[in-house]
Amino acid sequence: MKEPRPVEIVGDLSGLPESAAGSNHLVWWGNIGFMTIEGTGFALAVAAYLYLATQMPAWPPAGHAPPDLFWSAIFTVGLLLSAVPNVWVLRCAQAKDARGVRIGTSLMSIVGAVLLVPRAFEFMHLNANWYDDGYGSVLWLLMVLHTSHVVTDLGDTVVQAVWLWTHEIGDDQFADVEDNANYWTFVVLTWLPIAAVIHGLPRLLG
Amino acid sequence: MRTDPLRLEQLTRTWSDAPGLWGFLTTVDHKRIAARYIVTALLLMFLAGMLALDMRWQLSTAENTRMGPQLFNESFSLHGSTMLFLVSVPVMEAMALWLVPLMLGTRNMAFPRLGAFSFWLYLGGVLTLWVGHALDVTPDLGWFEYPPLSGPAYSPGHRADIWAQMITFTEVAALAASVNVAVTILKMRPPGMTLARMPVFLWAMLIASLMTILSMPAIMLVTSMLIADRLVSTHFFSPAGGGDVLLFQHLFWFFGHPEVYIIFIPATGFVSQIVETFSRRKLFGHLVVVLAIMAIGTLAFGLWVHHMFAVGLPRLGNNFYTAASMAIALPAGLQIFCWIATMWSGRLWLATPMLWVIGFVATFVIGGLSGIMTASAALDLQLTDSYFIVAHFHYVLVGGAMFPLFGAFCYWYPKATGRLMSERWGRWAFGLIVGGFNLGFFPMHILGLLGMPRRVYTYPASMGWETLNQVATAGSVISVIGGLVFVANALWSFWRGAPAGADPWNGSTLEWAGLSPSPPYNLGYTPEVDSLTPLWTERSELRAFDGIAVDRREVLVTSVTNATPLYRQKSAAPSIWPLLSALAVTAMFIGSIFTPWAVAVGAIPIAVALTGWFWPQRDRVKTGPFRATA
Repeated sequence: MKEPRPVEIVGDLSGLPESAAGSNHLVWWGNIGFMTIEGTGFALAVAAYLYLATQMPAWPPAGHAPPDLFWSAIFTVGLLLSAVPNVWVLRCAQAKDARGVRIGTSLMSIVGAVLLVPRAFEFMHLNANWYDDGYGSVLWLLMVLHTSHVVTDLGDTVVQAVWLWTHEIGDDQFADVEDNANYWTFVVLTWLPIAAVIHGLPRLLG
Repeated sequence: MRTDPLRLEQLTRTWSDAPGLWGFLTTVDHKRIAARYIVTALLLMFLAGMLALDMRWQLSTAENTRMGPQLFNESFSLHGSTMLFLVSVPVMEAMALWLVPLMLGTRNMAFPRLGAFSFWLYLGGVLTLWVGHALDVTPDLGWFEYPPLSGPAYSPGHRADIWAQMITFTEVAALAASVNVAVTILKMRPPGMTLARMPVFLWAMLIASLMTILSMPAIMLVTSMLIADRLVSTHFFSPAGGGDVLLFQHLFWFFGHPEVYIIFIPATGFVSQIVETFSRRKLFGHLVVVLAIMAIGTLAFGLWVHHMFAVGLPRLGNNFYTAASMAIALPAGLQIFCWIATMWSGRLWLATPMLWVIGFVATFVIGGLSGIMTASAALDLQLTDSYFIVAHFHYVLVGGAMFPLFGAFCYWYPKATGRLMSERWGRWAFGLIVGGFNLGFFPMHILGLLGMPRRVYTYPASMGWETLNQVATAGSVISVIGGLVFVANALWSFWRGAPAGADPWNGSTLEWAGLSPSPPYNLGYTPEVDSLTPLWTERSELRAFDGIAVDRREVLVTSVTNATPLYRQKSAAPSIWPLLSALAVTAMFIGSIFTPWAVAVGAIPIAVALTGWFWPQRDRVKTGPFRATA
């Protein structure tokens, strides 16, 4: 056929809304896609940890104590508590509450920045350096991977807060806030298996 | 009714790029991005093919001195790395970037700027490997650089780093493209195109994208670990430091085996569409083909250890992976039977695209059978690292993926360019490439059985391998001549080919409904779909919806399962930020070959560029402490 198909108009889509929330929104699915990629990365890094643990005669190898619990516990409790304001931001975004998301993202920026303090102390109390041996390397791998996600989401939240305070918020930006809150939930949830592995396994096997 | 020309003019204005260089650098048009992806990949296929020819020259006589061992090592490493990471995977994604929106009858990808970013990063990977080669920093350890050989103790210098970082580039590009493709297919289907009415190509690309998302993090992780071992003295892969070299192989092949199917599954999509159109009947067993693709996609994640039968793993493990490897032949076989049944019961039209499909079926079956042989752990132990393996993977990759790709190129060329390729020269190219390929690679099975190891730069005359090697070299030369005919045909037809019209093959799917070449907006209206073959209906008119904006970039978003219209989404305009972001990422990746501080310092320009990219353009607040002042 030489010519394009002629068309028969059977309906009009102009009455549809110009944005959506939650899983109806296009970007929500993009966010899920990237979380799946990063989640797979975490899972494989944990698998590498477990694999090396099975290959060594002792875990942790002689000369290492397991990572200290104190700062890690503070970080973990802080991270879990951060879920509360995070869920509040999510609700504000779903309710299209402009004041709520402005305050909420600012609050989450502060929470994220504060959490970096116990995280820094956690690094100082791992009781192993990355260059010591395979154990130290894979322990640092998991810590660096997770910390890079905390920092990335913190950066994103700060930029979002600045934008929200200075601009008129549209439906798409409420959806963005929702996605960023979902991403923080991902950062919280991925930490739990990592913490269980890096603290639990050396104590279980040691 | 005919579409109002004024509407089409308005749509063209809305969706066109700026003219000139600025438009080139800022475009987010999926067709333009895909075209440069495809042209780059084909150029690299030519370069890597020349390397292959050079190696065949070296092996054509015993104790040849054209190459020394180092040059030979560099040649096969560059050939394999280019073909796998810079040609096969990217070209399949590029086909999806081009075709998915057209087959959905939508205006662009879900994330237009992500598509542009993906290409620029891919180009960064291409330049890393090939500029490195020009500077004589060519990787020389094969396409999978196992430690300890690639570790700091045995590979000083930066050859291994170039390889590892090239992979990081291409994998980030591939992951970005995959998320884009998957979300576009899931959320931007036209009304009525339920999951059950999705053409096989879209299913194939959806599953290949999901496989990419689940497998490529493994290679990014493992090459990052290798770079860390080399740069900051970690011990992931050093046995003396409490690491383990097999960890590298496990992670590499957890990606590497699915990768083969990430290349092959899109090809099954091409084949299904071509077989349908040129058999002039609906695909036989659509559901079976889709389920077979899903089965292949799932099984592909359970096979990786069959690349490691020779490393001394437990016998029970080997048995499991032998069984799993053989099991994948079942869904692959089901697909082939469905295609044959379609051809058998249809009215076959042997135009060039269909010839490629027939060449694919014949060649791929041979590759599949040698695959079942090598799946057996006991037999594999004899065959591994011999020329039998070289023959096997070229049969599955070239026969199984490149022949369908060439068929797809001929099939969709008229849609992309508005012109037909010469059938006559197309047949010549087909005959030379398929004939030359089989002449070139079939003898390698025998060479392998005779004991010729892969990756040797020469051999003594007393081994008796010379004649078969000469046949193989002759076949390669014929195949390359065929490739040149193919390219010449494409170039000549681009300027001189007969005008194709909208639908030269009487195709079954939506991409054939619009103008050729596709205008920047693709279709004038949003089509409605009520069958698997929306263009093969009794009606002469395409049922369509109005109401998506023509004066601004807007697309329709629908529900995942039933494609029910949900809302109208603003589609991103052209932007320089994807290019700037890719440049910032490139600076960080290249810098991190030399110093770990590049990661920290390089993160700052990346953050700036991404902020510029995602900064929504809306009015400033008029009240409150941060209100805009006039």
